[in-house]
Formats: sequence, structure tokens, C-alpha cells
Amino acid sequence: MSVAIVGAAECDLGHTGLSTQHLLAQAVARALDDAGLRVCDVDGIATTGHGRFPATQLADQLGLCPSWTDSTAAGGAVFEMYVARAAQAIEAGQCSVAVIAFASNQRSARSRNIGGGYDAATPEAQFEQPYQPLWPLSYYAMTAQRYLHTYRLDRSDLARVAVAAREHALRNPTAFRHAAGPLTVDEVLAAPMISSPLGALDCCLVTDGGGAIVLTSLDRARHLAKAPVRVLGYGESVTHAAMATPDDLLSTGAAASGARAFARAAVRPEEIDVIQLYDSFTVSVPLGLEQLGFCPPGAGVHWAGVPVNTTGGGLSYCHPGQLGVLLLVEAVRQLRGECGARQVEGAATALVHGTGGIASSHATVVLGVR
Amino acid sequence: MAEIPEDEVTAPWWDATRSRQLMVQRCARCGLAQLPPRVLCTGCGSAAPRLEPVTGRGVVDSYTVIHRAPDPAVAVPYTVARVRLAEGPILLTALIDVTEPRCDLPVTLAWRPLPDGRALPVFTTEE
Ligand SMILES: [Zn+2]
Repeated sequence: MSVAIVGAAECDLGHTGLSTQHLLAQAVARALDDAGLRVCDVDGIATTGHGRFPATQLADQLGLCPSWTDSTAAGGAVFEMYVARAAQAIEAGQCSVAVIAFASNQRSARSRNIGGGYDAATPEAQFEQPYQPLWPLSYYAMTAQRYLHTYRLDRSDLARVAVAAREHALRNPTAFRHAAGPLTVDEVLAAPMISSPLGALDCCLVTDGGGAIVLTSLDRARHLAKAPVRVLGYGESVTHAAMATPDDLLSTGAAASGARAFARAAVRPEEIDVIQLYDSFTVSVPLGLEQLGFCPPGAGVHWAGVPVNTTGGGLSYCHPGQLGVLLLVEAVRQLRGECGARQVEGAATALVHGTGGIASSHATVVLGVR
Repeated sequence: MAEIPEDEVTAPWWDATRSRQLMVQRCARCGLAQLPPRVLCTGCGSAAPRLEPVTGRGVVDSYTVIHRAPDPAVAVPYTVARVRLAEGPILLTALIDVTEPRCDLPVTLAWRPLPDGRALPVFTTEE
């Protein structure tokens, strides 16, 4: 593939008091600055999560008339999908510089609802909402319950995922829990139960935040500010909308998504140096590692391989409702060696895996600097 | 809770709940049983699978005990589950009077009446 990521940035994170439009423009400006490009260089925009026509609105906000846009809505996995679509658009000549951006002020705006939003026109409003599941939490809780049952584990095995996330956050000054000190398994287990077996500290944060990445052709990338991070491969899989649809909670779309990305990149799991894997809930990490082929089923809770979620992840760094773009930002920074105390030494190949909805959508990107 | 919506595809299924009959769709071409009712069979794409009643026996695929309700008017805790019917389809439902829920627990159909005469299928342990 002949496309590279040339810019990456976070907007302000945490509790910002800023509007979503403000955070979005901030993310785009910082990512372009990182790339050594200007707003007027951009002719491709992909974004979602705000307004009815997100890419159109962002283009207007920036004063652009792009030749390529994408506002596919698929939850937090969509940013990895956008990488695939942007790479295809650049390779096809439809645009030359594409920006993928997301921002949310959900913490400042207090806009997060634990029940989620059911659209009355969907079957789920008839057949699932009446039972009052938490959306998406209860789906992941049932997945976790089945996971613990199948592999004869207990809540402390999942709690260790939250503990590990906190350890990363302590090395990341921008993490929401950076100054919170280390977390213990007992603290995770003692947190209020929300939807068993997941307690409050098994769940991702609710914060403001977002980010942006900039993509262009590898030829152009060689003349820009930073070393290009090549898009080596991508894959995706969309499996269900309803909680009752999947036959097996422990077989997720990550398996097909990951396999497609590895095949396209001609890279094997053991060649990956650092993993950014959407940790919406603790169970997402071990199950994701297993489904992506990094370890056998049930072994994810004992993972001792390459570092995962070096920012502290959704659990301890930032979770603005959709984490996918920030997974990409961190992967780029790791591959450039910009991560200071949390840098994975010599990282040359990264895997980014996004998940959206109730494990509904999966998308994987393999990036590299070799 | 607001009245549960239905539409022309699902109305016959909801009507059956008035006589406490749990139905699944069965495809005449490929034989697949499915829930919820859809316009097309998810196995082969055939139109209009017919409804047929089920035994009401199933097993808990998984469950979760919810301690913080999306609607503050709902009493907590309550148990939501995925139940796999003997006929194959899985439905999202509630477990009622199950003191120790667990995965793979055999359960049987019960009903929670709705104010409009329809009823929600829920499940309980076999006695
Ligand atoms: Zn059929």
C-alpha cells in the first residue's frame, strides 16, 4: 500500500468545558501542524458523532469544499474503517490529503446515558429495550459472564486488565487517571457493581476528548515534517446490532477483521510490537487479544506479550464515547518514538483494533515504519 | 415505561403473546427458526417465514444482574439474560425468581403482563 499517516494529535482531553466543534477544530489544527500541512491542503474529511451531516459540517467549519468525505456511522470502530476508505480514496486519486477526526464533550455536557439510546424504529426497541439492559454495558457484561464461565476464571482475572491500564496511565501525562496513583485488584472488585460481573472500574471512563490523523500518499509523505507511518493493511467485520443475534458471545468480529488486516499487510501477529485495542470494558482486552490471534482462547487474561494500550486506554486515559481515533494517534506516536516514559523501545509495527456498538463492528489497521 | 412499539411485521408475534404463546419464525424453504420476526429468512433470504409456537424450554446462554437502571423508576437489581430456546433462536429476556443464575442453567417460559394485554416472555427455573 502506498498511503501513510503523516499527522496525529489529540484535542484537549478530560473535562474541558469546550464545545464539540471547538474540540474537533482543535484536533484537526494540531494534527495538520504535526504534519507540516495547512487546512487549505485538506481535500478529504472523515468524521462522525456530531450533528446530522458530520463531515459536511466539519468541512464548513474549516471553510473547505472537499472532494472526498465519509461519515459512516459504526460506533468506535469507524475510525479504523475510515483509514481503509481514506487510503483507497488517496490511491484512487479522489483526494490527496485526508483528515480523520473525532471529538466529544460528553463529560462537560453530561450527555452520556447509561441506558444508551434506542431508536423506536429498530427491532431492538421492541424486543430488547423492554428488559432494560444497559447499552452497551450489559452486552459486554453478558460476554464477560460467559467468558468467566467458559474458562473457569473469576472477576479478579478481569480486574487485572484495569490494573494494567492504570499502570500505563501513570506513565502518560495526558491520561485522565495519570495522577490517581496505582490501582489494585481489590479496589476494582470493591467498586460498585453496575451490570454483573462488571463493576464501575471494569468500565471505560466518561470524558471529553478526541483527536485527528492526517493521511496522504507515501510519495508526498516523504517531503513532510515527520517520518511517514505506513498503512500496511486493514480489515473489518460487522456482525450484529441486537444483543440476541450472536450465536457465540466469545466469537467476535475481531477474528475476521484481524485476519483480513494481517493478510493484507502480509504481517503475522508475532511481528507486532505494540497493540492499541479498544478497551471499552475490561473483558474487551483478553477477548480481543484472543480473537485477533495473539493468544489462544481463554489465555488473554494471562497476556505477557507486547504492550497493549500504552496510553492507559479507555479505562484510565480517555474515553470520549468513541475511542477509535485516539488508538490511531497513539500507534502513530509509538511508531515515531515520541512516547517518552511509555515508549515501546524500537516499535516498528503496530496493530490498532477498534470496536463499535455492542461488539457490533470491528476494524483493524496494521501500521509500520520499516 | 412507554408502550412497546410494534409494526406490521411483528404484530402477529405480539398478538400471540396475548394468549401467552411464544412464537418463532420457521422458514418453509431452509427450515431455519429465527427471532425476532423479520421480513426475510436470515438463512436463505426467503420471504415471509411463518410463525410457529415453541415449547418454552431453553438454557441461559449468559446473564447479567443490573444494579443501576437506565430508568430510575425501575427497581434494582434485576436480571437480564440471553436464553437459547430448545428450537435454536436466542432471545434477550429477563430471569424471574432465579436466586442463583448461571450460564447453561435450564429455564422455562413465564410471562410478564403488559398494561395493553400483551405480555413479555421472561424465564424462570424449572421446578
Ligand atoms: Zn430460509
